[in-house]
Amino acid sequence: MASVAIRDVRKAFGATPVIHGVDVGIGDGEFVVLVGPSGCGKSTLLRMIAGLENITSGEIRIGDRIVNDLPPKERDVAMVFQNYALYPHMTVAANMAFSMKLRGAARSDIDTRVKRAADILGLGPYLDRYPRQLSGGQRQRVAMGRAIVRDPQVFLFDEPLSNLDAKLRVQMRSEIKELHQRLKTTTVYVTHDQIEAMTMADKIVVMHDGRVEQIGAPLELYDKPRNLFVAGFIGSPAMNFLPGKLRRNGALTFEGANGIRLPLDAVPLGSDGRAAVYGVRPEHFTLADDGAEAEIQLVEPTGAEIQVLAKLGGADIIAVFRERHLFKPGDKIRLRPDPKLAHLFDAGTGERLNI
Amino acid sequence: MADVTLNGTPTTPRARSAWQRLKVNRNWLGLWFMLPAMAFLVLFLAYPLGLGVWISFTDARIGRGGAFVGLENYEWLWDDSVFWLSVFNTLLYTTVASAIKFAVGLYLALLLNENLPFKAILRAVVLIPFIVPTVLSAIAFWWLFDSQFSILSWSLRKLGLISTNIDFLGDVWNARWSVIFANIWRGVPFVAVTLLAGLQTVSPSLYEAATIDGANRWQIFRYITYPLLTPIIAVVMTFSVLFTFTDFQLIWVLTRGGPVNATQLMATLSYQRAILGGHLGEGAAISTAMIPFLLAAILISWFGLQRRKWQHGENND
Ligand SMILES: Nc1ncnc2c1ncn2[C@@H]1O[C@H](COP(=O)(O)OP(=O)(O)OP(=O)(O)O)[C@@H](O)[C@H]1O
Ligand SMILES: [Mg+2]
Repeated sequence: MASVAIRDVRKAFGATPVIHGVDVGIGDGEFVVLVGPSGCGKSTLLRMIAGLENITSGEIRIGDRIVNDLPPKERDVAMVFQNYALYPHMTVAANMAFSMKLRGAARSDIDTRVKRAADILGLGPYLDRYPRQLSGGQRQRVAMGRAIVRDPQVFLFDEPLSNLDAKLRVQMRSEIKELHQRLKTTTVYVTHDQIEAMTMADKIVVMHDGRVEQIGAPLELYDKPRNLFVAGFIGSPAMNFLPGKLRRNGALTFEGANGIRLPLDAVPLGSDGRAAVYGVRPEHFTLADDGAEAEIQLVEPTGAEIQVLAKLGGADIIAVFRERHLFKPGDKIRLRPDPKLAHLFDAGTGERLNI
Repeated sequence: MADVTLNGTPTTPRARSAWQRLKVNRNWLGLWFMLPAMAFLVLFLAYPLGLGVWISFTDARIGRGGAFVGLENYEWLWDDSVFWLSVFNTLLYTTVASAIKFAVGLYLALLLNENLPFKAILRAVVLIPFIVPTVLSAIAFWWLFDSQFSILSWSLRKLGLISTNIDFLGDVWNARWSVIFANIWRGVPFVAVTLLAGLQTVSPSLYEAATIDGANRWQIFRYITYPLLTPIIAVVMTFSVLFTFTDFQLIWVLTRGGPVNATQLMATLSYQRAILGGHLGEGAAISTAMIPFLLAAILISWFGLQRRKWQHGENND
């Protein structure tokens, strides 16, 4: 096991820059998730750690070695690919044994390790099968088995669950997490699914257009997103954004479109009249007589909660209630965001204004 | 039951003629669809083949039908040293040319699969020998190998490596190597391009996975590329062997089997005896004698070709 340090790493394909200076520190044994929209450079960053892609500038360390110029085999990393990349002409056992066979390990040694990995993943009955005789979930497990057998310094996963159906995805999610708790191998996991990121990560790295937007623990990102992008990306349903102005005459409030007023707790930055964006998560609305008026457009009960799509000050917002209110489209309700849990962002830069 | 018509109204079986049943029954319908292909195969493959084999048991000559003579033609061939020489030549020609075509073709395919500059142009260039009509390229080789005007001899002389022209097609072994060389030149593109197509079906992520697993370039070829390519190698080499074994045009233009039958292949000898010599029966016997060799080649590849275990089995996609 080892820590991984990424310092000011840049990458360009030909003349096109794709990664614009990324810094990430990954502690020994940590489970770090790289998350971001499609095309933001997550896979590229992961492949640079693996050594499949060379870096244009900057430095990547694994443990205390700078690995910039080391070929993949000397980096001691194992990677699980999105399409699993199982060798179709080898049995499950041979797939898992391949790396050790290349290293010239002893037959008995290989067998014990393959056996152990197969036990961990419940692959025992399938060892003599070929990949095409396995289900998607089993293939996924073989791909992980191939990584486990190596006992590498770092595990790299590139969207390993995206080819599975929704139910299996949830199951494998917890299996991977459990596996990590058991083996405690440093792991870098790429996904574009923020739920996967939230549920699995010790630490999330949110990327956007080749830059890191924020790094932090899942709840940290949820509670204190550093900018509009992170605020909108983390959380489901997504945070509501209402454009408007900061008002400091009298009590500190936020004035949205159509003159609606929303409560704010202490915001140290920003003078009266500053253009800002008010962010509130759907689950942080309450019904209150002094709330802002909203007109209900659509009601979606999910069983555990109801989601309400409404118009508030001219903007579409979503509110989520655990109570079973009997709303109908067209109803007028008064919504009050919890000021302690409200977020305020600068309208121009998108940076967070409140603490 | 099968007597329900498409519009769903049941009719009694007796109410329909046999002809109608033939039109509707699935199995008969399958037969109808197969009939054109079967007729084609029988007419253009089975009939000539059968006729050839039949003629080989007769003493037919051009211009008169023959009488059945049993194995006489074969007994005659058994004691014919020229026939055995042609068998030897054909085997030498096929083995050496096919082996080299395979090696060179595979090498070229691997090379063209890399990220080379001008990849598209290079791939097109490789195909040239294949596109040129055989007779045309044979004539070109004829000039290359000419005893007086050969550019090869001329270049080597200018370089001071030889003092007199090489007699490419006049010397027994020179002639053999020359025609083998010409056959390789002509056959390599087919092998190379087919194998290249096979290479391109291998997912690049397998190479990446193997790289991370610690394989070097040779090990990647040995353990990933080559095994994944074996099915297509089996197909392409079967065809290559069959084409080479039955080659005729190249030899006929370059040497006509000479000098003193040194490059006489079974195909050219058969033509010479049957058409030029007029002994149809004997020529047919030589051709028929090629069949066991071809069958052997096909059988070998059949077993090599038999879809490997990793390719079949239950499909779970
Ligand atoms: N080999 C390449 N040559 C040129 N551009 C590339 C190459 N590979 C990736 N890119 C570009 O780099 C950017 C980042 O790609 P990358 O594959 O890292 O995205 P990603 O975050 O993994 O997206 P996804 O979630 O869709 O997998 C994209 O804009 C892509 O077009
Ligand atoms: Mg990707």
